[in-house]
Amino acid sequence: MRIELNGSPRELPGPATVAELLRELGLDRSPCAVEVNSRLVRKPDHPAHALAEGDRVEVVTLVGGG
Amino acid sequence: MTPETVPRADRSPAGTTRPMTTAPSIPPLAIGDFTLRSRLVVGTGKYRDHQVMREAIDASGADCVTVAVRRERLVDAHGRSILDFLPLERLTILPNTAGCFSAEDAVRVARLGRDILEQLGNPGAGWVKLEVLGDRTTLLPDPVGTLEACTELVKDGFTVLCYSSDDPIIAARLRDAGAASVMPAGSPIGSGRGIANPSAIRLVIERLTLPEQGGSPDYPVIVDAGVGTASDIVHAMELGADGVLLNTGIAHAQDPVRMAHAMRLALDAGWHTLRAGRIPRKLYANASSPWDGSIATIPGE
Repeated sequence: MRIELNGSPRELPGPATVAELLRELGLDRSPCAVEVNSRLVRKPDHPAHALAEGDRVEVVTLVGGG
Repeated sequence: MTPETVPRADRSPAGTTRPMTTAPSIPPLAIGDFTLRSRLVVGTGKYRDHQVMREAIDASGADCVTVAVRRERLVDAHGRSILDFLPLERLTILPNTAGCFSAEDAVRVARLGRDILEQLGNPGAGWVKLEVLGDRTTLLPDPVGTLEACTELVKDGFTVLCYSSDDPIIAARLRDAGAASVMPAGSPIGSGRGIANPSAIRLVIERLTLPEQGGSPDYPVIVDAGVGTASDIVHAMELGADGVLLNTGIAHAQDPVRMAHAMRLALDAGWHTLRAGRIPRKLYANASSPWDGSIATIPGE
C-alpha cells in the first residue's frame, strides 16, 4: 500500500493502522502527533485508525522554536 | 537562610557590610487560566546546543518556554529530542504555529501541538502562541489570517496568545475574537531592532487596558519579537507591557546564559521603573547640587 509520509512517497507492506505505522517507524513511544489528510488523528485513536491507499500522513514532534 | 535568600550586601569604605533593601515583588502574570511566575517567556530555537539552551532557560528565570511543531526526521531519527533537555515538571510549554502562512495551517499545527502536550501531561496543552505570517522576509503577521485562526482556535477551546503587528485596531479585534493575550511585535522576528515604534506599542497597550477605550486593566499585553538586547526589554516594560517574549536575543548572543541573566534583570528593572515614575524630559539642565553657598564665580552672575 502506497501512502505519502511527511511529503515523500512510502510503500507499506500491507494494511496498517496509524499505531502500526508509528511502531514501524520506531516512534510508538516518542511524543509525536499524526495527521491523516490534514486532519488530526488523536493519540487515543491511533490503534483504530486504518490507513488507506494514497493517504497523506504527517508525523510531527516538538522542536526548538520562538 | 539558604545562600539565595541572603540579602545582597555592598561593601562600605570601612570594610563593613550593610544589607540592601530588596525591591517589591513582581506579581505573577495571569493569561486566561494560566499563571506565570516570570513575565519573561523565552524561546527554545537557534541555540548552538541543547545544554546551552537548558542553562539559558534556567538563567532567564522563565517558567514558560515556546516550542515549534515540525515533521519528525524519519531518515535520521537518532538525534535526542529537545524534550529530553527541558525540565517539563516545572515548565509550561507554549507551542507556536511559527511558519504558518494561512489560518488553516495554523489551526492544524495548533491541534497537533496540543495532542503532543496532552501525551506529555503538560499544562501547555491548553494554549497556543498563534502566528499567521504574511511573508518570509519580514515575518510580519497576516492580520486577516491571524484573526480567522484566532476565532477558530478559541471556538476549539484554546487559550490563544496572538502574535500581532503593533497596530491598536487589529489588537482590539483579536481581543474581541477571544484572544487571551495580544502580543505585538516590537520589531520583526529575529531583527534585534528592539521597539521600532514605541508610540504604536503604547497605543496597543492603552487600547487594550484603559477602560475609557473599552480595555481592561488586567488584559495581558506581551511584547513579542525584535528584542536584541536587555535595554529593549526595559523599554517594553517601561511602555507598560505585562511581559516580554524573546528567543534570538538570548540564543544568538555570544554568551547566551549570561544574556539570559541580563534579560531577566532588565524585565525587573523595567517593571519597577514604570511604577517608580520617571522624571519628565527637559531640554535644559537642572543642577543636582545647590547654587546656594557655591564659592565659584558663576558665568553671567
